[in-house]
Amino acid sequence: MAETRALRALGLIVLVALLALPAVAHFAKDPAWISLVTRMLIYAIAAVSLDLILGYGGLACFGHAAFYGLGGYTVAILFHHARSSEVLWGLIPGSTQFLVTVPAAMLVGGVVAAAIGALSLRTAGVQFLMITLAFAQMLFFLFSSIATYGGNDGMTVRRRNEMPGLDLRDDTVFYYLVLALLLLALWAGRRLVRSRFGMVIGGIRQNERRMAAIGIDTYRYKLAAFVIAGMGGALAGALMVNHARFVSPDMMHWTKSGEFMVMVILGGAASLIGPVLGAVTLVGLEDLLGQIPKWGEHRMFAIGAILVLVVLFGKGGLWGWIARRLSRGGDG
Amino acid sequence: MAEPLLRAIDLVKAFGGLMATDHLSLDVGEGEVHALIGPNGAGKTTIVGQLVGELRPDSGRIEFAGEDLGALSPPARLLRGLARTFQISQLLLDDTAADNVALAVQARAGHSFRFWRDARADPRLRDEARRHLVDVGLGAVADRRAADLSHGQHKQLELAVALASRPRLLLLDEPMAGLGPTETQAMIGLLAGLKGRVTMLLIEHDMEAVFALADLVTVLASGRLIASGPPARIRDDPLVRDAYLGDGDA
Amino acid sequence: MLNLAVEQALNGLQLGVTLFLLAAGLTLIFGIMGVINIAHGSLYMIGAFFCAATLAATKSFLLALLAGIGGAALAGMLMEMLVMRRLYARDHLDQVLATFGLSLCVNEAFSIVFGQRPLYVDIPPWLAGSVEVVAGVPYPTYRLAIVVVGLLVALGLYLLISHTRIGMLVRAGSTHRDMVRALGVDVRLLYTLVFGLGALLAGLAGLMAGPVYTVQVGMGEQILILTFVVVVIGGLGSIRGAFLAAMIVGLVDTALRAFVPPWLKTFMEASAADALGGGLSSLGIYLLMALVLLVKPRGLLPAHG
Repeated sequence: MAETRALRALGLIVLVALLALPAVAHFAKDPAWISLVTRMLIYAIAAVSLDLILGYGGLACFGHAAFYGLGGYTVAILFHHARSSEVLWGLIPGSTQFLVTVPAAMLVGGVVAAAIGALSLRTAGVQFLMITLAFAQMLFFLFSSIATYGGNDGMTVRRRNEMPGLDLRDDTVFYYLVLALLLLALWAGRRLVRSRFGMVIGGIRQNERRMAAIGIDTYRYKLAAFVIAGMGGALAGALMVNHARFVSPDMMHWTKSGEFMVMVILGGAASLIGPVLGAVTLVGLEDLLGQIPKWGEHRMFAIGAILVLVVLFGKGGLWGWIARRLSRGGDG
Repeated sequence: MAEPLLRAIDLVKAFGGLMATDHLSLDVGEGEVHALIGPNGAGKTTIVGQLVGELRPDSGRIEFAGEDLGALSPPARLLRGLARTFQISQLLLDDTAADNVALAVQARAGHSFRFWRDARADPRLRDEARRHLVDVGLGAVADRRAADLSHGQHKQLELAVALASRPRLLLLDEPMAGLGPTETQAMIGLLAGLKGRVTMLLIEHDMEAVFALADLVTVLASGRLIASGPPARIRDDPLVRDAYLGDGDA
Repeated sequence: MLNLAVEQALNGLQLGVTLFLLAAGLTLIFGIMGVINIAHGSLYMIGAFFCAATLAATKSFLLALLAGIGGAALAGMLMEMLVMRRLYARDHLDQVLATFGLSLCVNEAFSIVFGQRPLYVDIPPWLAGSVEVVAGVPYPTYRLAIVVVGLLVALGLYLLISHTRIGMLVRAGSTHRDMVRALGVDVRLLYTLVFGLGALLAGLAGLMAGPVYTVQVGMGEQILILTFVVVVIGGLGSIRGAFLAAMIVGLVDTALRAFVPPWLKTFMEASAADALGGGLSSLGIYLLMALVLLVKPRGLLPAHG
C-alpha cells in the first residue's frame, strides 16, 4: 500500500511540475524549455503506442517510425494542398484545421498499419522485426522520391494548424494541448491493457500457443493491436510536424524506429509510465549531451554506450528500477 | 449405435522417412474415457498434434461430432468443443491462476474485441473462473501467479483452463507426467470425478491411471495401432507386453 | 541495348556478391548462436576504413588488405567477447537494442577519429583499366575482380560447411546447441571464431566496396538493411538461401535502378523522373521481400525443417 501511495504522490508532483512548466520557463526567461518538453511529450505518445505491441504484445516491431512519419506527412500534405488550393487526387481538399488533420493522420496511420500488419504478422520473431523494418524503409524511400512534397529535403509547414478557441501558434497553448493528449492517451491505454482485449494481448506475449488452445485466433488480435499502435504513432507524428513546422523523410528513418524502441526498453516495457520516462530521458540526454562544447556533436557515442549497458545490465528499465525501489521501501 | 464423437480415419503422417502415424483409425464415443498408450516414440504426440490441428495429416481425416475438421485451425476446433491440455504446461506464467482460467472463459464467451471495461472486475469471468479452480482443487491459490505454483498445481491449472472452455471432448496429453504418487492419486480422483460429464481421450504413460480410468484402451507402437479393447483384455495381450517390454520402461 | 544489359548484369552480380559476403556472416551467426546483429554493418565499415587508412599510410595494397580483413575480424571477436556473449540467452529485442547501441557507438567513434568527410580509395594499379567481357563491352577490371573474389568465397564457404566439422556444427544449427556441447566442443571459443569469420567476411565486403563507393561513416547501415532483406528472402540461418537471395536482390536492384528512371522519363519531366525513379527502384527490393514472404513466410530456402 505504501507503494501505491508513494506512486500517487510522485505522479501528482510530476503533474504539477508539468502544469507549472510554462510559467516557470517564462519566469526564467528560457522559453526553449517549453519546446524541449513538448518534444519529450510527443515522443512519449509515440513510445507509449509502440509499447502496446512491443511491450504488452511482445511483437518486436522495428518500423514504428513509418506511422510516425505518415502522421507527419498527412498534416504537411493537407497543409500544402490547403495553401495551394489544389485538390489532392481530385478528391481530397487540403485542410489546416487541427481537428481535421490530426484525425486524418490517425486514419492514414491506421489504414497503412492494417496493410503492413496484415502481411508482417504472417511471420514472427526476427522475420517480423526485419519485415517491419523493410516496410518502413519502403515508405522512407517512397517519400524521399516524391518531389512535390520536398523529396529528400522534406518541406516546411509554414503555420501550425488552427483550432477554434485555441491559439496553437502560442507555444504554451500548444504545450498544454500536447500534454492533454498524452494524458488522454495514457488513460485510454490504461483502460485498454486492462480490458478483455488487453488480457488477450498480454496472453499472446506470454504464450501464443496457449491462446490458440483456448480458442483465440491470435492473428486478428495482434493485427488490431498493430493498427491501434500505428494510429498512436501517427498522432505523435502529426503533433511533431505541428510543433516543428517541418516534415522530412528522416521522420521515417530506421534509426527513428530504433530510438522509439530504445525509449520503450530504456523506460520499461509493458508499463504505461515506462515509455514516457524513456522518452523524457532519451530526449533530455540528447539535449544535455548536445550542449557539451566541442564533444556535443558526438553525443551518440555516449548514448550508444549507455544503451548497451542498459540492455546488458538493467532489468525492466528505469520504471522497473523505480518500482523495485518503491516496493523495497514499502517492505521496510 | 450412436455416431462416435471423435473419429480419426486412416491417419497417415510421416516426417521425412519416419512414419509417425501409420494408417491409424480411432473412435471415441460420447461419454467414454478412451486411453491412448504406447512406449516413447510410439507417435502419441503426433496424433495429438493432428487432432488439435497443429499438424496436418498427410492423408486420412478427422471427424468431430459428424463434421470433417479438415484444415480447421486449433482455435476453430476448440470452439467446436475439442479442448486439450498440454504435456508440458503452457500457462501464462506472469498472470494469476484466476486470470489464466478467466481468459479461457472470456474466449469461450465470444470475441474479445472489448477495449474499455476492466476484465478482471467482470463478475461473469471472475466467478466462473473461480468455480473451475475450486473444481480442480486450486481455490486457495486463485490469486497466486502461475509462475509461483508447483508442478502438480500447474497440471491442475491446465485442467481448469481446459474445463473453462466447456469442452465436449477433453484431450488430456499426459496429465500425470512428472507427478509424485500422491499428486497422481489426486489427479486420478479429479478425472474420475469428471467421468460421465465430459468425454476424454487420455494420452498417458502411467498404467495405474489408465487402468483406473479408461473404458477403452488403444495401444500404439511405431505409429501403428497394435491393440484396442477394454482394459482387462489389453492388460493380458501378449503383443502389448512385447511392445512395452521392448521399450523397457513399463 | 544488349551491351547495357550485360553491363548491368555484371553490376548486379557485383552488388550481389557484396550482399552475399555480408549476409553469409549475418546468417551464419544467427544460425549458430541465434543472435541478430545490427552492428554487422559497422564491421563492414571497419573493414573499409582500416583498409583505406592503412593504404594511405603505407601505400601497400597487401598491408591494406590484411589490415581491413584482420581489423574487422578482430573487432568482431572483441565485440563477441565483450557484448554478444551476454546476449545469447536473451530475446531478439534485447539483441537488437544492444547491437543497435553498439553500432551507434562504433559509428560515432569512427567519425571522431576519421571525421565526417568521405575517404576515397585508389584501385590497385594492376586492377585498373577494363577488360572486354563480351566483344564490345568493356568492364572495369576491379569490379570484375570483386565478382570473382565473392564467388570464390562462396565456394569456400560451401566447402567449409559441407565438408568440415565446423560445417557440421553450422548444419546442426542453434537448436542443437546442447548436442554440440555434448560433443565436447569448446563452445565459447567456437562462437568467438564464428563471429570472427562473419566479421572477416563483412570486412572483406567493406574493403572491396571502398574504391567503388565512398568510405564514410554510415556506409554500413545503408547496406545492412539491404542485407536483412537478403537474409529474410533467403531464409534465416541458410547460407544457400543467402547466396540465392543475394544474387536475386543484387540483380533486381541494379536492373530497377538502370531501367526505371529512363522509362519514367518517357512520360515525365527529367528531374522528377530521376527522383521518383530512384525512390521506386529502392522500394522495389522491399516489395520483392514482401511478396516472397507472402508466398513463403520462412524464406526461399529455410535452414531447418
